[in-house]
Amino acid sequence: MVAINFLLAGVGGQGTILASDVLASVGLRAGYDVKKSEVHGMAQRGGSVTTSIRWGDKVYSPLIGPGEADFFVSFEKLEALRHIGKLRPGGVVLVNDYAIPPLSVSSGSDQYPDDERLVGVLQASTANHYLLPANSLAEDLGNPRVNNVVLLGALSHWLPDVELPTWLEAVRDRVPPRFADLNEQAFLVGREAMEKVHPCPLP
Amino acid sequence: MKQFLSGNEAVAWGAWQAGVRVAAAYPGTPSTEILETFAPMPNVYAEWSPNEKVALDVAIGAAYAGSRALAVMKHVGLNVAAESLFYSSMTGLEAGLVIVSADDPAMHSSQNEQDNRRYAKFARVPCLEPSDSHQACEMVGTALDLSEQFDTPVLLRLTTRISHCYGVVDLVGERPPERTDTPEFVVDTAKYVMVPGNARRRHPVIEERIRALGEFAETFPQNRMEIRDGALGIVSNGIAYQYVRETFPDASTLKLGMTYPVPAKMLRQFASQVGRLIVIEELDPFIEEEVRLLGIPVEGKSIFPVCGELSQHTVRECAIRAGLLPESERARPVESETADLPPRPPILCPGCPHRGVFYVTNKLGLVVNGDIGCYTLAFLPPLGAVHTCGCMGASIGVAHGVAKAGIAQHNVAAIGDSTFFHTGMPALLNVAYNQSNTIVLIVDNRTTAMTGHQSHPGTGRTLQGKETGQVEFEALVRAMGFRKIHTVDSYNLKEVQSALEDCVEAEGPAVVIARRECALLPEVRKHWLPLRVNAERCNGCGLCFRVGCPAIAKSDVMDAKTGKPKARIDPLLCTGCEICAQVCARRAILFREQLETA
Repeated sequence: MVAINFLLAGVGGQGTILASDVLASVGLRAGYDVKKSEVHGMAQRGGSVTTSIRWGDKVYSPLIGPGEADFFVSFEKLEALRHIGKLRPGGVVLVNDYAIPPLSVSSGSDQYPDDERLVGVLQASTANHYLLPANSLAEDLGNPRVNNVVLLGALSHWLPDVELPTWLEAVRDRVPPRFADLNEQAFLVGREAMEKVHPCPLP
Repeated sequence: MKQFLSGNEAVAWGAWQAGVRVAAAYPGTPSTEILETFAPMPNVYAEWSPNEKVALDVAIGAAYAGSRALAVMKHVGLNVAAESLFYSSMTGLEAGLVIVSADDPAMHSSQNEQDNRRYAKFARVPCLEPSDSHQACEMVGTALDLSEQFDTPVLLRLTTRISHCYGVVDLVGERPPERTDTPEFVVDTAKYVMVPGNARRRHPVIEERIRALGEFAETFPQNRMEIRDGALGIVSNGIAYQYVRETFPDASTLKLGMTYPVPAKMLRQFASQVGRLIVIEELDPFIEEEVRLLGIPVEGKSIFPVCGELSQHTVRECAIRAGLLPESERARPVESETADLPPRPPILCPGCPHRGVFYVTNKLGLVVNGDIGCYTLAFLPPLGAVHTCGCMGASIGVAHGVAKAGIAQHNVAAIGDSTFFHTGMPALLNVAYNQSNTIVLIVDNRTTAMTGHQSHPGTGRTLQGKETGQVEFEALVRAMGFRKIHTVDSYNLKEVQSALEDCVEAEGPAVVIARRECALLPEVRKHWLPLRVNAERCNGCGLCFRVGCPAIAKSDVMDAKTGKPKARIDPLLCTGCEICAQVCARRAILFREQLETA
């Protein structure tokens, strides 16, 4: 089989690394060969970050090139615009409806792109594009930091071959025990939110 | 036992399983996690040394004394340790020594992208290169065996995509039983005392050694020839091999696990079995040159780039351009316009103690020769406060040179605590000894921050968590001969400013130690307290935006008089360092004390 490629993008500190760890672990639990790529170093807090995860019978490269991502999950709107070119035409893109203005915007030298542009780009790229309020769903659970797991839950809806308990085990194993229940809830909330807007699990 | 490991973690496991007892390193991306993973393992000694040269000497000493040893560094670290690489190549060792060099093609976090395979050839030592985590684990043991068999240090070269990519590792093999005897130092002065007379006798020995290694390379199992379609033959190594397999599934391949010395006979045989021979490797045309030296026609860098890292995408695009693949293989990505998007580079974190210090140097109009660390990022707008940055420890020597060139104004060398111990100390000694109007600003955040909070001689704690002595900067600097020494709180702008002004007014060298823990240290996080803007007082003047803190942004509320947006503070990001509050002329940002009483 050809590999299934996941690209996660966000801003340093948003929990993309944790989400990519879970995604890799789910792939391994589902019996795939898995490779994962991330870059650390420098002061990544506040910087643009991407990680790639690939599942397959045999995965060679850990990277995902332009037009190669089957699933693109962006934790932040501007980062969705920045990395949308990695998406395969017709792939699935999930965007957290959340903006983190970079320094050049808050200091007034740049403009944050408006939602109209984002929606236009998403529409032009694929029919399977979704803007999800992951941060506010996480806030409803009492902790905005679990927005990453909300997004994972939404993503899981698109992978019907992997059973729900596999996802939940992978999530619980990766977070501190005292946050396990919260993260499980976050996952289920994200999954339900996705089901509501897109009931059929196949793209 | 199967594990999902990064290349760095895999190297640590491989070292442990192969019986490495002593490992030393200086942290540096992308190599840092190797020692962090290795240090907690049982029956090992691991240390952060002050720099890579010391680390390599430590590892050499351990190998002289009969223990398998590992020295770990990023590519530029081997520049620092180069002298030790060369003498250890000359002497050989009593037990295996592996030098891990983690190169950084594309310079994700480095100042250059040198190809350290050159060092292997330069110093006449073998170079091994894994292509994934599993091989990284396996190759440490192989490298140690080779080291002992051929009496040579072995360079294990990783790259960022090997170090920081994860894959499945089958952890086979067991650590050999721990030795119970006390090691004895073997005296062999003809081999280990590199005075000219002995060194002249050793040089032919290492030339013969590299010839013998070349023969060994012919049967080395990690040099693997796979004949598929005969039209195209690709020689490759490291991560590039993965891109080759992905892009050219039908091409014949020769994967070199040992890239120096290369197996001449195997290369000739491979070349004779394929139509068009190309080399696909990242950075320098290293293998390509070796193949050319054998008189074999080959292509490589005429098709694939020297600069930056490769990917299956780059390989595919270059191959299409060269006619190696049909146009139909070209990727059809979603079209998007990204050129006008606001950039999001790495920046000083909210609460970073460096921010205020560089706000002040900027305000005073001081030229700052910077160094390697988080504080380098103060070169970015809006601070724009760092004006040179070359390599570890360069700041002080460069600043002294600037002063000696006759620049009238005092200039500043800004260097972090860990970098100061690394290579700043000899340069500081030079400023004291040869005297110049240099202000050495030690930005002491009590940790090696940029690589993720490693301990150093100023922290009072070792890599393996033992309490130890703690360098006192002030006493050290005084002992070097400085008389003008200020210690200030990095969070106190007035203090920082008056200390710098005092140094600028005086003749001669001075040291300012600006001290405050990194805001991300676990102990410090406990004291985070997000500040608030008093919207009634804020008139949108924008002064606070000039400190360049990501926690302060423009709000949607406009000031009625100025018509400018008022400031707002993101409570998820703000740590309560109060730099912005000190800068605000209208006292519109509440200090911690005001929050507590409010």
